[in-house]
Amino acid sequence: MAIRAFLGLMILLLFSSTISTALFEDQVGLADWHQKYIGKVKHAVFHTQKTGRKRVVVSTEENVVASLDLRTGDIFWRHVLGKIDRIDQVEIVLGKYVVTLSSGGGILRAWNLPDGQMIWESILQVSASSKSLLYVSANMNVGKDNLILVFGGSLIHALSSTDGQIVWRKELSTNSLEIQQVFQPHDSDTIYALGFIGSSEFVAYYVNYKTGEVLEQSKASFESGFCGEASLVSDDVVVALDASRTYLVSISFRNGVINFHQMYIPELIPEFSGKATLLPSMHNGILAVDIASTIVMLRVKGVNELKIIEKINHPSAISDALPLSKEQQAFAILQHDESRIHYKVKFDTDLTSEIVWSREDGLASIVDSTTSELPVEKEGVSVAEVEHSLFEWLKGHFLKLKGTLMLANPDEVAAIQAIRLKSFEKNKMTRDHNGFRKLIIVLTRAGKVLALHTGDGRVVWSVLLPVLRKSETCGNPFALNVYQWQVPHHHAMHENPSVVVVGRCGHNFDAPGILSIIDSYTGKVHNSLVLEHSVRHIMPLPFTDSTEQHLHIVIDDNLHAHLYPKTSDSVKIFIDEMPNIYWYSVEVGKNIIKGYSLELKGELDMAENDFQPKELWSIVFPSASEKIALTATRKMNEIVHTQAKIIADQDVMYKYISKNILFVATVAPKAAGEIGSVTPEEAWLYAYLIDTVSGRILHRVSHQGAQGPIHAVMSENWVVYHYFNLRAHRYEMSVIEIYDQSREDNKDVWKLVLGKHNLTAPISTYSKPEVTVKSQSYFFTHSVKSMAVTATAKGITSKQLLIGTIGDQVLALDKRFLDPRRSVNPTQSEKEEGIIPLTDSLPIVPQSFVTHALQVEGLRGIVTTPAKLESTSLVFSYGVDLFFTRIAPSRTYDSLTEDFSYALLLLTIVALVAALLVTWALSEKKELREKWR
Amino acid sequence: MRSSAALFNPSPPLLLLLVPLLIFSHLLPCPLAADLRSGDGYTIAGRVKLGATSKESGLPAKLTNIKVILNGGQSIGFARADGYFSFHNVSAGTHLIEVAALGYFFSPVRVDISARNPGKIQAALTENRRVLYELILEPLREEQYYEKREPFSIMSLMKSPMGLMMGFMLLVMFVMPKLMENIDPEEMRRAQEEMRAQGVPSLSNLLPRSN
Repeated sequence: MAIRAFLGLMILLLFSSTISTALFEDQVGLADWHQKYIGKVKHAVFHTQKTGRKRVVVSTEENVVASLDLRTGDIFWRHVLGKIDRIDQVEIVLGKYVVTLSSGGGILRAWNLPDGQMIWESILQVSASSKSLLYVSANMNVGKDNLILVFGGSLIHALSSTDGQIVWRKELSTNSLEIQQVFQPHDSDTIYALGFIGSSEFVAYYVNYKTGEVLEQSKASFESGFCGEASLVSDDVVVALDASRTYLVSISFRNGVINFHQMYIPELIPEFSGKATLLPSMHNGILAVDIASTIVMLRVKGVNELKIIEKINHPSAISDALPLSKEQQAFAILQHDESRIHYKVKFDTDLTSEIVWSREDGLASIVDSTTSELPVEKEGVSVAEVEHSLFEWLKGHFLKLKGTLMLANPDEVAAIQAIRLKSFEKNKMTRDHNGFRKLIIVLTRAGKVLALHTGDGRVVWSVLLPVLRKSETCGNPFALNVYQWQVPHHHAMHENPSVVVVGRCGHNFDAPGILSIIDSYTGKVHNSLVLEHSVRHIMPLPFTDSTEQHLHIVIDDNLHAHLYPKTSDSVKIFIDEMPNIYWYSVEVGKNIIKGYSLELKGELDMAENDFQPKELWSIVFPSASEKIALTATRKMNEIVHTQAKIIADQDVMYKYISKNILFVATVAPKAAGEIGSVTPEEAWLYAYLIDTVSGRILHRVSHQGAQGPIHAVMSENWVVYHYFNLRAHRYEMSVIEIYDQSREDNKDVWKLVLGKHNLTAPISTYSKPEVTVKSQSYFFTHSVKSMAVTATAKGITSKQLLIGTIGDQVLALDKRFLDPRRSVNPTQSEKEEGIIPLTDSLPIVPQSFVTHALQVEGLRGIVTTPAKLESTSLVFSYGVDLFFTRIAPSRTYDSLTEDFSYALLLLTIVALVAALLVTWALSEKKELREKWR
Repeated sequence: MRSSAALFNPSPPLLLLLVPLLIFSHLLPCPLAADLRSGDGYTIAGRVKLGATSKESGLPAKLTNIKVILNGGQSIGFARADGYFSFHNVSAGTHLIEVAALGYFFSPVRVDISARNPGKIQAALTENRRVLYELILEPLREEQYYEKREPFSIMSLMKSPMGLMMGFMLLVMFVMPKLMENIDPEEMRRAQEEMRAQGVPSLSNLLPRSN
């Protein structure tokens, strides 16, 4: 009994010592990695000060304004602006502030160049539809207060660059004026503002810089019209494009006299076809024209003479000219080739360039991801290597032991950290026992596919899909999803797995689809094709053909289904399974959810393999009171370990587990907008659980005074959703758990023995299910950007919710906190079961942020993948940044932790043996003494 | 609302003049939820304060990476060096302001802009329902994202599996002989005889039976 009590105590101590799940600060980077990006660059401004570090300030398509080191490409600072607050233009003023114009010219902000601190913010009144322009005087005299001019439509605002106060405001004319170019001749107080009125009239204004007074204005009309672009090439010549974008029109406006001169582009550039675009001017006599993703540099001499200097492929941004000396000017090019930024510098006279650095910034715009296993390790490890590494291994562990005993000096601490981070094991290109090493295959918006290693996040391979490039057959291609295509069987390890990328040729649903199959290990494109039909959505099926290719159904715009791969083998498998295949479509605009099965009319044409839909059911939501806000389903590949849930008092509840449950949330149409637009009385939210085979509504619950944005995650037999409660004015999270009532009777042992149970009765979704539902709601402090749930290999480990908060952090929250059986005073047996006493809000424990002290800027998605080790789940979150880590919701109960001290174990064993020897010797001596007596 | 009188400011420059006169409790001119009609909406202005000192350095905490978020991302504002922020063109109604600052926990703030009497606004923390008379947002607590490493102690060593093994061994060494004393001497003698019959224990055959 005493021994048992002791063992109990021992176990208790063992658990109490390992109760927290958080990270120690020195464990950062062991299992996780974080990468910072900025996205595709739109504008670039170079800061060239003679002293100090050189910077380039960029604004990107991800709405990031960032300051980069011009020598290395490192990020000094960056800010992600709000969604509706698009950055229009970036400038540097006074050599120390970065000025951004955003919200269509409505907001002007100044940031401190060294550290990114906001200095001032100014709100300007602009007409909504006009293009806005920011102008900063180039001839900066220090000491003089410089003005920042903002042109928006017909309004000019002049702001002080030191504090953002409006110095003067001027309205030029009331009709549709678009200012295109603004410049200031050297050493003068006059600003030239050039623009178009309507589509055919060119206008030049001369405005006093200090007061805003219009000194002079001249107008002239051009009969064939302008397309609304103009580029200033010198102090008195501006080049514009005509309405058809095939003529270059050079306009001279010297002394208020306007002259036009037009040139046909194909005469200048013979290979020209399609439409030209003018790029921002460089003001050094060079004109840059974008012709079908090629930039052509033209030198302009006088009004009517143009000469080609150079052609560049796939560029992104060209800087303003930088004066190097009196005569020489240089400009830099940030070239965006295959989602990388290349940095080049070109000189005015001799065009030479060299890539100094490049950044893989396509990773800021991930649209979808999947994972792939790495190849199996083939060769055995030689004995010598083991012996060598054994010594190193022991040395490492002794250092670690010193570390844990707090005996290590700072040098040794650094050595320990280096050993941990450089761990060769985690970066190997082979499969490991625990399944921690994998490839994350990501698809970016630009159609680039990259494979990242989970060990350190390095790019293993990358490929820009040729089929996702703009071409004649495919006008506006964009990438949709990436799925696993072929996962070789355990016996066919010599084959490489592959993934399939699905895209669409245009933003409409009827645009033709694109499929591309890529090798997961090498990035080689096996096959890619532009489909004859469109892609509305794609369904991976849980079947594989004889070559282990996964079957996929592509539903086109006419709701016809097409099977891929198009082999006779797969068609055979599919036709056998067809009666069991159901699918549904959610038409958000029409407020209808429809369920379908598939049928084959007439003979199957192998080339077409076109299957017709058969409508089974439809649910129409009343559009006067409800609007579909969100749908969520379980993950297709989720594994549930047990259907039974043993609750207190040895009672059993059966989870209602069905792959066909769809969670639908609808809101009041009035409350579909932002928070603050409606009163609690006008807002409500309905949550539905719908069986997608029969169309039966299993459960419906209403939340009065609640509105979106809604985020939901569904797993096993529960769904958790997050919404805003207008009455309490707080965010709320609700959980619904659904249990099978028809199996309640099976708890009787005698029935089981006598065979009177219904366990073997076939389960059909057509039979009316008897379900019970439990639900509960809790307050949650933060806004949520994304939600996910952990997934483990066998589904035994308890679950954690992963919540991407508004602060771009990922919080891990135990599912136990969202258990509808929580009550204020749980009974003793419920406490033993692990039920937490009910509180009105969910706890936010800082240590349970899986992103610890990091932020995943612009967080958009969280993906979980099971590792082979049951306790562990891999988490990949993406946005502008990437973050990867592995988490163990119930701690790593099936393996020793990384920092397990083998040396201490060894030491203990040695001590035990020594003690054994000593006591043995002592007992021998004692016995001898006994004998002598 | 006490400070509602201060919210009737006709223009921004005037606001800065009026505010200091009306605030008694603060040394700095803390702007409150200032509210003025400009264009098609109201302006919410406030200030983020990160307490006097940061965790380690003792220097005033930096505000470079603080975002102020209106209505869950409808618009994002940035704090200036002195902590001031503002949102423009906000419609009348009840709004939610959140502050995202790494290392601090801020309560979201409920801001009511009255449509009936323009300029009147109310603010309250949603976490503890504390009413704010001025829109000064202070963190409820600092957040520590890492577990603290316990300094080396005998207790932690004792708690480790190895320590427990040692403890168990010591227990066996010192308590077991005590238990042996309670055994009947007759039985003891019989056991010893049995042992003698098997021969003198040597180290080699002692090891596997050493439990």
